[in-house]
Amino acid sequence: MVENNRWGNILAHIILILGVAIVVFPVYVAIIASTHPPGTFVRGVMPLLPGPNAIENYTTVVTQGRSQAGTPPIGGMLWNSFIMAMAITIGKLSISIISAFAIVYFKFPFRIFFFWVIFLTLMLPVEVRIVPTFQVVADLGMLNSFAGLSIPLIASATATFLFRQFFMTVPEELMEAARVDGAGPMKFFKDILLPLSITNIAALFVIMFIYGWNQYLWPLLITTDPEYYTIVMGIQRMVTGGDSEPLWHLVMATVVLAALPPVLVILFMQRLFVKGLTETEK
Amino acid sequence: MQTKRMTFSSKWLPYALLAPQVIITLIFFIWPSYQALLQSVYRQGDAFGIRPPTFVWFDNFKALFADTLYLNSLKVTLIFSVGTTLLSMSVALLFAVMVNRMIRSRDSYTTFLVWPYAVAPAIAGVLWWFIFNPSIGIMPYVLDMFGYDWNHRRNSQDAMMMVIIAAAWKQISYNFLFFLAGLQSIPHSLIEAAAIDGASRMKRFWTIVFPLLSPITFFLMVVNIVYAMFDTFGVIHATTEGGPAQATNILVYKVYRDGFVNLNIGSSAAQSVILMAIVIILTVIQFRYIERRVNY
Amino acid sequence: MASITMDNLGKVYAGNVRAVTGVNIDIADGEMIVLVGPSGCGKSTLLRMVAGLETITEGTLRIGERVVNTLEPADRDIAMVFQNYALYPHMTVFNNLAYGLKNRGLKKAEIDRRVKDAAEMLQIGQFLDRKPRQLSGGQRQRVAMGRALVREPAAFLFDEPLSNLDAKLRVQMRVEIRQLQKRLGTTSLYVTHDQLEALTMADRLVVLNGGRIEQIGTPMELYSRPETVFVAGFIGSPAMNMLPADYLRTLVPAEALAHVPQNADLIGIRPEDLALAPPAMGEIGLSGRLLLLEPAGAESHLHLVFDGIDEHVVVRLPHVPDVSEGATLQFSLKREKLHPFHQASGQRVA
Repeated sequence: MVENNRWGNILAHIILILGVAIVVFPVYVAIIASTHPPGTFVRGVMPLLPGPNAIENYTTVVTQGRSQAGTPPIGGMLWNSFIMAMAITIGKLSISIISAFAIVYFKFPFRIFFFWVIFLTLMLPVEVRIVPTFQVVADLGMLNSFAGLSIPLIASATATFLFRQFFMTVPEELMEAARVDGAGPMKFFKDILLPLSITNIAALFVIMFIYGWNQYLWPLLITTDPEYYTIVMGIQRMVTGGDSEPLWHLVMATVVLAALPPVLVILFMQRLFVKGLTETEK
Repeated sequence: MQTKRMTFSSKWLPYALLAPQVIITLIFFIWPSYQALLQSVYRQGDAFGIRPPTFVWFDNFKALFADTLYLNSLKVTLIFSVGTTLLSMSVALLFAVMVNRMIRSRDSYTTFLVWPYAVAPAIAGVLWWFIFNPSIGIMPYVLDMFGYDWNHRRNSQDAMMMVIIAAAWKQISYNFLFFLAGLQSIPHSLIEAAAIDGASRMKRFWTIVFPLLSPITFFLMVVNIVYAMFDTFGVIHATTEGGPAQATNILVYKVYRDGFVNLNIGSSAAQSVILMAIVIILTVIQFRYIERRVNY
Repeated sequence: MASITMDNLGKVYAGNVRAVTGVNIDIADGEMIVLVGPSGCGKSTLLRMVAGLETITEGTLRIGERVVNTLEPADRDIAMVFQNYALYPHMTVFNNLAYGLKNRGLKKAEIDRRVKDAAEMLQIGQFLDRKPRQLSGGQRQRVAMGRALVREPAAFLFDEPLSNLDAKLRVQMRVEIRQLQKRLGTTSLYVTHDQLEALTMADRLVVLNGGRIEQIGTPMELYSRPETVFVAGFIGSPAMNMLPADYLRTLVPAEALAHVPQNADLIGIRPEDLALAPPAMGEIGLSGRLLLLEPAGAESHLHLVFDGIDEHVVVRLPHVPDVSEGATLQFSLKREKLHPFHQASGQRVA
């Protein structure tokens, strides 16, 4: 191989360490800020070393929230986010995998038409049809409900395509062998296809969970009842809720708690995450 | 579009399997989009039903393109998207090239660089908003030492800069992973051949590596523009709220404001339709590119 | 145990693409029939039609006394061994064998017994807890066989089961499959493109070309009396030499070719029927220049150009002769060893 020279390597390490520092910096600042008492943020520049109030601040946000600004305790919002993320993830995975199964393993009239209907969802993100989608959800009485938070988001062309692509690589003979062995379509799906898809399901699970957890505009639109606030949108309420400067120590404690679950998912499932990310785009 | 060579035979099962996905798509995607199309050519009626909605052809669109606020929003979106894409991609490419040199430390650096993907755009916005906070933020303090008076509450350029940095920061992970995968797929023998042909390291990068990365670069450009245009609502909404003086009022944020806060349904619908057209064009470009990549 | 009857079977794909035409084969109970032909000849399609993996568009298929044209594969009482084995990658060997039996609702004790028996017969008993990816190619092949065995079906269908194995293993498995099939006496239909495999394994073999049957017969019938030019060229290696009849007529006295009909314009000669010796009384003499000598241990192949003609001719000798390339050699040929054909129709004459 072409050898790297030593100075080049040192330079590369320097660049990367600086880069990592820049990438990590905002979160470091947030963690530091979340450990200081409120007085720290009244004047002067924010500190770069931890303060003494970590336990107090986190206890406050988790149990009390910021009642005067109408934000409920973080505990409930974290739970809501978790429910929403799980519902979106499981919903997307289930309806996508069975659609892909239908498209690959059956021939039937209007197959291509349905494929294009699913494809269209790629071209119509929530952001481009905010008002009428809101109206539909309102008409269906799904405002302020977990169903409203999750169901409209679970149609997924990306996941359907990924599963379709994976199914196309499953050897033809497996299905034929299963048929000779007396397995019908759903038995084949359950006994053969599903177990074979498990890595793909896991990789997509990671991506979808992050997607679901990080939803912002949608919960903002359809929840007016603080009972259903999710944590990511709740932060915005905390920042802009009062007239005065935000209570930075509490906001940052909330930020840390809001970012923690998806970050942990990525750190602990990095291989699946990378697989999920790169394969959904193929 | 293919199926398996042999397929199961059932009259109703495939429809039942597709039903959940298709029904949700119809109710929550197709129907609202159709409504948006419809609303975009009507002037809304009043709340008491005295004046019914009237069909106004393309008046809503004409009004939009005559509206300096909308034209401004287009311009702001363009600057924001291009800025975010360029910043995020160039930093990510630099990191990817450097990490690709490493052998033992490759995985550790990767771990440190990928996790911001998990941070929601809104949270990314709040983080940088805090860092750039004019009274207590660390960046204005540093900039002040260089004689720059940072204030994104008053200065339009400062505000734009801040939201670009926040949006780009979150997207670095994504671009980094794709660039790294692209770099790793370049056959080593090519680099070696170039080295034998006497190309210096810099020359090898710009004449061999970078051209071979061009399909990925193009793909990432499209993805990043889509991201900057549609997924960054949270960055704006949680921080500048489009200000100061409309300086960060990107299209997606404006649709939301006009629809939900100003309750101007016709205009908001017309804006939605324009956004739809943009997404459709970008998606088509992206898929044509994928077709090509699959084919060669 | 059952016979299989194909009555005028045909397959037309959507878009009017013909794959199989007018196939009539009666497979007796316990018989091993090998379908052989070049790729694209329709042999796999025919097998898959018997399996129920392709719909039958023409004709009638009986397994035993039952017409099974429209039955699901699982209801035809057949078992199939696939070319790439098609083992379920996420299941252990045991579960691979047991899956079909479970689907059939057999009792656990019965499943255990059958799997154990098959595993013992195929010597894969020690692998029952492994996954397919932990097995070698030969072992996977045995598992695929085992999956067919445990079903105790009326018929085995083999779709080029040995083509993924290396040459040595292929010969070994060939013998094992044939022994097993004889011992169990199960009616079998076996598809291969390898004519040697076909000759060595078949009770009778069926040569297919362009979706039609060229000839059905025992290996020796097909070898010693090919009915068409195609069969003559396909069965036997090195392939049969084909010389224009007129060339021979100018070379040898008319009475030596009295048994060759006048309308024969192509004469086939097996490479081993030419002997490296001057012709004796009543034999045909031919001479040619040696281009290349291929010694192959116990035998040798001589590539020649015969005098007065451009045709490339191959001779197989049961020894390696002491001759040098470029030399002109004399060969003798018994009269009855000629295979006369009519070129335009591709049929044997006499």
